[in-house]
Amino acid sequence: MSAVRTLVDLLAGRRAAATLAPREWDGVIGVARAEAMLATLACCVGEDDLPPSVAALFADQRAAAEVARGQALWEAEMARRALGSEGIEFVLLKGTAYAVAGLSCSVGRQIGDLDILVLALDIGRVENELLEAGWEWVKPDAYDDQYYREHMHELPPLIHKARDRMIDVHHTILPRTHRITPDALALVSDAVPTPGGFAVLCPTDMACHCAAHMIADGDLQGGLRNLWDFHCLTRDFVAADPGFWGKLDARADLHGLRAPVRRAARLARDLYGSILPSGWDGHDPGDIWYRRRLLARDDWGRATNFPLQQAFYIRSHWLRMPPMLLAQHLWTKWRKR
Amino acid sequence: MRYAARIAVGPVQFRIGSDWPEPVAALESLYAGYPKDPERTADATVRLFAARPWRRWLRPSVHIGGDFVVPDALPLPLSMGLLAAEMGMNLQVALGWRRHMLLHASAVARDGRAVVMSGESGSGKSTLAALLGEGDWRLMGDEFTLIDPVAGDALAFPRAISLKNEAIAEMAGRVDAARLGPLLAGTPKGDIRHLIPRADAIAAMHQPVRPALILFPRFGGEPAIEPMGEGEAFVRLTEASTNYIALGEAGFAALTRLVRTTPAFGIAYPDSASGIALVEQLWAEAVR
Repeated sequence: MSAVRTLVDLLAGRRAAATLAPREWDGVIGVARAEAMLATLACCVGEDDLPPSVAALFADQRAAAEVARGQALWEAEMARRALGSEGIEFVLLKGTAYAVAGLSCSVGRQIGDLDILVLALDIGRVENELLEAGWEWVKPDAYDDQYYREHMHELPPLIHKARDRMIDVHHTILPRTHRITPDALALVSDAVPTPGGFAVLCPTDMACHCAAHMIADGDLQGGLRNLWDFHCLTRDFVAADPGFWGKLDARADLHGLRAPVRRAARLARDLYGSILPSGWDGHDPGDIWYRRRLLARDDWGRATNFPLQQAFYIRSHWLRMPPMLLAQHLWTKWRKR
Repeated sequence: MRYAARIAVGPVQFRIGSDWPEPVAALESLYAGYPKDPERTADATVRLFAARPWRRWLRPSVHIGGDFVVPDALPLPLSMGLLAAEMGMNLQVALGWRRHMLLHASAVARDGRAVVMSGESGSGKSTLAALLGEGDWRLMGDEFTLIDPVAGDALAFPRAISLKNEAIAEMAGRVDAARLGPLLAGTPKGDIRHLIPRADAIAAMHQPVRPALILFPRFGGEPAIEPMGEGEAFVRLTEASTNYIALGEAGFAALTRLVRTTPAFGIAYPDSASGIALVEQLWAEAVR
């Protein structure tokens, strides 16, 4: 069995860690690293039944994830100090949000940049406050800067000059030019507070954002981790509220995200064994391409199936930009090469 | 991948995959004397690959990849495949290892205590360690020294020593030719030839030792010794560590303890003989 399949089976709990031969771990660890899920795996499998070298490596990963989590939470605190003094409210997104909300997908999860969501009308103030508090532009390129501001769902990335950490300031969750336009005002106004005093998206919006990010926005790079997030989020939310799936349907309709949310749910079932309600538990012939894309990694951690990768890459641009804009964009990018 | 080798250096088990047989053969000959455990899982993966399938044969150029990748890293010609493998192994350790604090430093040990030598490329830290390692010191490593954040001990990473330029001739005259790898001439880092550490250094590579002396060597100028305060040693070592920030508080605690318990000196030396004399002199004072 391929290493990526074994990784998925271990995460899903379909296979016990003790059944792996020592050398089978090579590929599993390589693939988990490539998918930024090694610490997730280390937290998922028990400490028993592991070869000693794997147990030691996993202990390192768990400790490192704990430090990284503390550093990510500190970035959220820094953003609060920069924006809170001006009375600007913001909502944490993705990894940092999962961590402050104590959701199960945050256990061992790598957190990259700090992602926040603010009201579109606040975006200028947010930018000023962050620049005053020590963040700087990463991309000084004028075209990229203009492109972000006119067409994207976020400011160009900012990086803090002292701490070297990136912040992405969103005003919605999909690019402005995307075929789907989620209700950004509803996202912010229905956000919920966390015990630590931050705000995160409400459960249904969190699942919608996760699905939108994975299925409707990108080319499925890092998709196994995003799908794991979706699997854990929906599992947590259903445990707290048995009516969750019905509410998710209604909320996905509000944002125009029904198809991506449904697809994410089916993929999470197929790969990680999510339990879906009867209305969701269908099949779509197109899912096979998504599964193949998600599992396109060899035992050395290398991305495989180049044509399929390219197809998803082109698809992501097709969804994000109207054809004329895409043509202009590619022309400009090509001339600057 | 088509060709693969497994190598354990200190606490790190590598697997190295390659599109060509040559780098793997070169590695296996260089690391033939290292302990092998075929059952042990790899901690780190290195990949040496052709960016395009035809570049495997047509002007073959070796790209360095693995668990961690440096964007825009330039490929090397196949004749320097061994250097590519070495760079790949260093990269995976520098960016991926979390069990110990990594210092970009050479080290040698005697009587269960270590001299750690940190410096830029060209400071002579590799050559000094190699020379001392041929005397009555145990070579711990010429590139990385690992500090156990819990115990404070130094651990060895005795990869094959990367001799550069003038150091090649200097060492070639002192050691058995069987311990030298092939000459890699005209690499981006100059001429390189690898020296296999002595068998006793490899056999002892898992033995932790207490750091007793931290040196910051500088090649050139009159022989000089400058005692260094804890603060300066601390800052210099944070710069020499590839995972200090990633370790968080544990890294801070380990480094604070290291500089508080270990005397540090900057040394300048015009030639190897005076460099060795300075190390021996400071060692005698430190362990007295």
